[in-house]
Amino acid sequence: MTDSRPVLTMTGISKSFPGVRALHDVNFRLFPGEVHALMGENGAGKSTLIKVLTGVYDTDEGAITLHDEPVSFSGPMQATAAGVSTVFQEVNLCTNLSVAENIFIGREPRLFGAVRWGEVRRRARALLARLDLDLDVSAPLGSYSLAIQQMVAIARAIDIKARVLILDEPTSSLDADEVAQLFRIMRQLRDEGIAILFVTHFLDQVYEIADRITVLRNGGLVGEYLTTELPQLSLVEKMIGKELDVLEGIEEHSRRDLATLEEGTPLVAVSNFGRAGAVEPFSLTIHAGEVVGLAGLLGSGRTEVARLLFGADRSDGGQVAVDGTASSLRTPAQAIDHGVGFCSENRRAEGIVADLSVRENMILAMQAARGWLRPIPRRRQDELVDKYVKALNIRPADPEVPVRNLSGGNQQKVLLARWLITEPRLLILDEPTRGIDIGAKTEIQKLVTQLSDGGMAVLFISAELEEVLRLSHKVAVMRDRQMVAQLANDESLDADRIMQTIASGSHREEADR
Amino acid sequence: MNDTMSRFRTMTGHRLFWPAAVLFAMLAANTIYRPGFLSIELKDGHLYGTPIDILRLSAPLILVALGMTLVISTGGIDLSVGSLCAISGAIACMYISKQPDQSSIAVVATALAMAMGVSLVLGAWNGVLVAVIGIQPIIATLILMVAGRGLAQLITEGQIITINSEPYRAIGLGHALTLPLAIFIALAAALLVAAFTRRTALGMIIESVGGNSVASRLAGIRSGRVIFLAYVISAACAAVAGFMMTANVSSADGNAAGLWVELDAILAVVIGGTSLAGGRFFLSGTIIGALIIQTLTTTVYAMDISPQTSLLFKAVVVIAVCLIQAPAFRARFTRRRRNAPPPAPVADKPKEQVPA
Repeated sequence: MTDSRPVLTMTGISKSFPGVRALHDVNFRLFPGEVHALMGENGAGKSTLIKVLTGVYDTDEGAITLHDEPVSFSGPMQATAAGVSTVFQEVNLCTNLSVAENIFIGREPRLFGAVRWGEVRRRARALLARLDLDLDVSAPLGSYSLAIQQMVAIARAIDIKARVLILDEPTSSLDADEVAQLFRIMRQLRDEGIAILFVTHFLDQVYEIADRITVLRNGGLVGEYLTTELPQLSLVEKMIGKELDVLEGIEEHSRRDLATLEEGTPLVAVSNFGRAGAVEPFSLTIHAGEVVGLAGLLGSGRTEVARLLFGADRSDGGQVAVDGTASSLRTPAQAIDHGVGFCSENRRAEGIVADLSVRENMILAMQAARGWLRPIPRRRQDELVDKYVKALNIRPADPEVPVRNLSGGNQQKVLLARWLITEPRLLILDEPTRGIDIGAKTEIQKLVTQLSDGGMAVLFISAELEEVLRLSHKVAVMRDRQMVAQLANDESLDADRIMQTIASGSHREEADR
Repeated sequence: MNDTMSRFRTMTGHRLFWPAAVLFAMLAANTIYRPGFLSIELKDGHLYGTPIDILRLSAPLILVALGMTLVISTGGIDLSVGSLCAISGAIACMYISKQPDQSSIAVVATALAMAMGVSLVLGAWNGVLVAVIGIQPIIATLILMVAGRGLAQLITEGQIITINSEPYRAIGLGHALTLPLAIFIALAAALLVAAFTRRTALGMIIESVGGNSVASRLAGIRSGRVIFLAYVISAACAAVAGFMMTANVSSADGNAAGLWVELDAILAVVIGGTSLAGGRFFLSGTIIGALIIQTLTTTVYAMDISPQTSLLFKAVVVIAVCLIQAPAFRARFTRRRRNAPPPAPVADKPKEQVPA
């Protein structure tokens, strides 16, 4: 099926941003008539590579050739004109315009400046027929499902005699049927000889559709493999970048026995919690003083679990018991009343209020719980803030500066302080150590251990297995939006087994009774 | 030298510096044009003079703008305040005009209470539309902006209601401690709103909701209640402003009372440094903003600028004020001066050829 000559090659690509080496000496090639999956963890450089390819970024070093001719695009428009089209993760179409308008917007066939609408519709119909889609091209795009919109975006992309089609996480918001529909079209285009670069976080999908896989890690190339020659477990290993034997020697610290911890009434017990399109129903119990790790690849539903437990999203059904009594977690305010705190992984958008000062950001959750009529006396505020600025070593130690002036790690600590001030009984930490320097990382890990020793329950979400293993008493594993296993963190549990569970989704022995 | 420079920079960096500077410059320009502009004289135990007039006339605008500040800080906007002024004034005047003894304190008090009650209900209506139903603020309050004028006409039965009530007239034209009563009312309202927002946690919570509504929700803030409250406060402020406007002329005109005051109020808030995107709010800035707008109106009259060109003149000054305030504009301006003469254009480097 694959031609012997690649349609597109990228050699020795390097790209740096101030302080970050996003890509280092990466090679990539794409053959006509293949689906090539680009894999890697969050921050591995996948989107940077695509942006370099389509001319959004200039390269620092390296060369790109298309059909054996060196090219250097100045932007996606030029790339598209040369036959390299991209469909981005978020559908960049106008839902209020018609299907036909969306396909031809910006390049309508014209006659003396006037758009030839008949021609637009006729060509749109022909194009969609090629994709085996039967749509009313005059209907507004918004009246169709997200999957259809995604396919209209593809139709728009391939209209321009595309030879290379880049699909950046096209399936992240689609359900199983819609994915099947998309794959049918991808196969059809592949059989027509179009080279497809496919980015996704779903392992199953890669093995279903991709012919070849390129793995990136930390901006570097790990390797290029034929899908048939790369077992799922090896793929996960290559993405995470830990050789199994290296991980095996993790230090065992004095960890309390899970059985002792799980005696008595659980602090929070949920059963059949789930939300359509976000995460399949799951059951989970968390006891006081217990650290529950949530492992899984990005997009596997880790954050969704956290948001349901905090009431940030509502569960479609299921029951909650707090201290053994049936209750509900339907809004964040309700969850906070039950003593739950939640540090979002999206610090900027969902965590800090950039305009407000460090002090105000810290006391925000406590003040919200008291209501605006009972302000926290200024002296008490200063005491609390001072205590946590010192305890968490927040820099600069001036609580009156706007929080936006702090570095990412310090902003993270401010958020931690916001919740610690409320003295929560269950603290949900979603990627608390991502994107912060190693010093702050260790401090936060240490803090989690201290808190759990003090009786606080922690739900710890992290992409780094090492971290999850070191801190947790119990590890729940997420895979493709399902909680596939809950494993007791005893001697028998290591990164190997977690990775196997992530890769295969097998229901191993359940730690949860 | 260096020290004074840095002190100067700290001063110009203060958020109230530029609005205050503009106000000062306007007063100075007026004084140059008409040397008696700033003079104040004591007559019959009352102070008279243009500065006093500016303060008195800006009182209704200050009131409206105070409420508008809170609404804008939540990330919303309240277009209905002009109509609310008309409604509150109409209700008060209508009630007073129907009573045998128009100058009775009890009658005026009842009239004010009734009008205030209705205004609070209308503010709650705005609040429900925005905070509960989730309509965009500009649309939600547009409903009452348009319908409210009709409502005011309905109350006055399409007539201009004239009253002869000494206590009511005092709201607009009375004096206390040699100064117009309206100044004290506006000042009291400002102190009240400031205490209400800054002595409680309301101010911070409003700023948090306006600054990042998603993060605020995740911090457990029930933003609906706060937003609702902001619209109710705005309506209450507008109601008092309505009393003042109608008391000034001892009559209620459903069509003209408070016409376009919402636009002046929004302008005052923006000049005062509160961002239309929501977040931090500055009540003192808003008051200076309102004074700037009133001074501008007075200037137009004082300088005999013809009515045909006065709106254009106002617009030009307002644009200038906004530009001076914008840090991006100032940065460009100072950079250009520092770099003068402009460097010769550097020829674009030839695009690097990537070896195949």
